[in-house]
Amino acid sequence: MKLRNPDRVVEVDGPRTVSALLNRLEVVSEAVLVIRDATLLTRDEPLAPDDELEIRPVLSGGSRPTEGAGR
Amino acid sequence: MRCRVCRAHAVVDIRRHNAAFCPDHFIGHVNSQVAKAIKEFKMASAEDRLLVAVSGGKDSLAVWDILMNLGYDTTGFYLDLGIGGYSGRSKEAAIAFADSRGVKLIVRSLREEHGFSVPELSALTGRVPCSGCGLNKRYEFNRAALEEGFDVLVTGHNLDDEVATLFGNVLGWNTQMLGRQRPVLEERVVGAGAARAFVRKIKPLIRIAERETAAYALIRGIDYIVEECPMVEGNTQHRYKEALTLLEEASPGTKHRMYFGFLKNVSDRFAEDRGATELIPCAGCGAPTVASGAHASGELMCSFCKTKALAQARRAEREDATGRGVKRR
Repeated sequence: MKLRNPDRVVEVDGPRTVSALLNRLEVVSEAVLVIRDATLLTRDEPLAPDDELEIRPVLSGGSRPTEGAGR
Repeated sequence: MRCRVCRAHAVVDIRRHNAAFCPDHFIGHVNSQVAKAIKEFKMASAEDRLLVAVSGGKDSLAVWDILMNLGYDTTGFYLDLGIGGYSGRSKEAAIAFADSRGVKLIVRSLREEHGFSVPELSALTGRVPCSGCGLNKRYEFNRAALEEGFDVLVTGHNLDDEVATLFGNVLGWNTQMLGRQRPVLEERVVGAGAARAFVRKIKPLIRIAERETAAYALIRGIDYIVEECPMVEGNTQHRYKEALTLLEEASPGTKHRMYFGFLKNVSDRFAEDRGATELIPCAGCGAPTVASGAHASGELMCSFCKTKALAQARRAEREDATGRGVKRR
């Protein structure tokens, strides 16, 4: 299975769904989107061994600890 | 999974709602959730002129897109923070989005306006980059909204942002910030003429999780900047988000319950700490600033001008030292 962002090829035997793949990779599913051919996949979506996937992080940082200061 | 509405093939699942959606109904769901938040917290009316602060990231571009869908009168505002190639790429994303929608985007540069970038300000003052960045953005967003005559300033803060801020404020028992952490910060006026001091600020994405704004942007073809700001590494807010996301993974709905439970049951208990502080004009820029503390030090300057003055003084010292070094040679 080929993963992008960052690009790498991983050998993962058996995961048949997005959820199983993320578990195998120890990725928190709430923190990512999984994309195949520019289409989003739900966590129960079946996967094929030759799939090329992007696992895109969604949590951004920010300058918020002092929100509201100065007013 | 099947779409909750039409039973077509679903592309987005939202565990806290125990629901999944096809692309069209997911977009409809997000738009309706934003409309609900605007109505519930009386954020804006159809007559208001909205200035949307955009960074080129998914949240700010998504909220701008949604507000246009809902029929609001919007203009974008991008502040170039001078963070190397990252700022260049984020500005390109913001401009490309505005061009694609045929809407107006106001662009200003921190360096052109004040003579320093966020990295330079941090190096000169020793201030943590994210802290200095936040100070600059709050100041410039408000200034732009007032100067350009907007009624409301919109930011793309989502549910994850708000719950992480709440978590941090609780960890430190920062009661003043707990009192002020509302989806709407009302307009404030200053002086006998009741001139506007702080424009109304609203956060229409409070019902939308960060994963959903990313999904929204992808489905809507919004080409946002995916890379993270290079200065955010180790940011406290980011660590809080990661911890809360682990809790959400184990128990969907945790973030929503914490934040909306706070707004419903707790927030008003800190109303006194919100502080109806007296506002005075800053001696540096004339913008309003809180009077408390300023009188004691004798410096009636706002936080932004104090930081800017420190940066300018440090830069002058360095240039002076460099100049002496040249003469000695």
